[in-house]
Amino acid sequence: MAFLTDRKRATGMGSARSGTEHHWMMMVTSVALLILIPVFVFTFGSILGSSYEEVLAYYQRPLPAAVAALTIAIGFFHFRKGVQTLIEDYVHGVARKGLIIAMICLSYGAAALGVLSVLRLAL
Amino acid sequence: MVQLTLPKNSRMVTGKTWPKPEGATNLRKVQIYRWNPDDGKNPSLDTYFVDMDTCGPMILDALIKIKNEIDPTLTFRRSCREGICGSCAMNIDGINTLACIYGMDDVKGDIKVYPLPHMPVIKDLIPDLTHFYAQHASIMPWLETKTNRPAKEWKQSIEDRKKLDGLYECVMCASCSTSCPSYWWNGDRYLGPAALLHAYRWIIDSRDEATGERLDELEDPFKLYRCHTIMNCAKTCPKGLNPAKAIAHIKEMMVERIV
Repeated sequence: MAFLTDRKRATGMGSARSGTEHHWMMMVTSVALLILIPVFVFTFGSILGSSYEEVLAYYQRPLPAAVAALTIAIGFFHFRKGVQTLIEDYVHGVARKGLIIAMICLSYGAAALGVLSVLRLAL
Repeated sequence: MVQLTLPKNSRMVTGKTWPKPEGATNLRKVQIYRWNPDDGKNPSLDTYFVDMDTCGPMILDALIKIKNEIDPTLTFRRSCREGICGSCAMNIDGINTLACIYGMDDVKGDIKVYPLPHMPVIKDLIPDLTHFYAQHASIMPWLETKTNRPAKEWKQSIEDRKKLDGLYECVMCASCSTSCPSYWWNGDRYLGPAALLHAYRWIIDSRDEATGERLDELEDPFKLYRCHTIMNCAKTCPKGLNPAKAIAHIKEMMVERIV
């Protein structure tokens, strides 16, 4: 038990002077995904079920490869920011930090894997 | 971690059913959350029957009648009985509102009354609002100026005064903050809709000269950015205000500072 005043409890450690960057990036990536995802679905869908050679030839064109790489990269960046907010909402204490670190590793790992795969097809 | 179940000593049990008033024909069943910190028992839901022929139209009228005529131990806050003081905020029929301006006609079936959700209960329908008030105090709810005080008054144009409409009317009843899931989970750090609406009321005031400091103090992943625009605050506000909109405006100003 600690004898803290009500005001001290309310103000805590004060303002972190951060959060706006996170908020702004969430908005920017949302708008980017709003455009990218339909284009990705359209480009990816058009090649779905084709042979390996056809897919390879398709993804050697700059536009489908760029759309796929950007969708993966921005998608996972957005995912990383969004899930961080989710964890901050529902998990407290040390588990919060651990989960955020794990989620960052997972997101950037998956993004790297996806982008490198597209690059391998494209180059 | 978020708690999905109540601790054992907070679980509701069936309470006492009080006898029906003699000779009354027009009865309304009212179920009220009861908890007394002194008896060591779990909270219960007591059932009362109110004679509607001799009762006023509002929920607060029924509560006062129950306290006066049936059970004097029933405890609740009330004062102005016209939606100005914000004292009688409680959860009625699943909605956080003011008992004095919520009609019994608005409730279909039995009337269920609980204290404001997710706050420590002091007794019966009285929540502990200490932290809520301290959070309000922390946003500096007063005019902050640096210029020397003018000879007469701080002037404000009609257009600038209009910007305070929809903000100054807040009576700090806590209905909005206690309806917000973000405030439930992180109320220790998140300021909640009521305090943020008040913060915006002073940020947008043309006479206030501490806009930057106020925004600095709010720029925090928890104090401000726990708001996910759930809109429960706007839906429940008994005064018809929109705290979510005020919070969105604060976020806009934050972005304006960096982009």
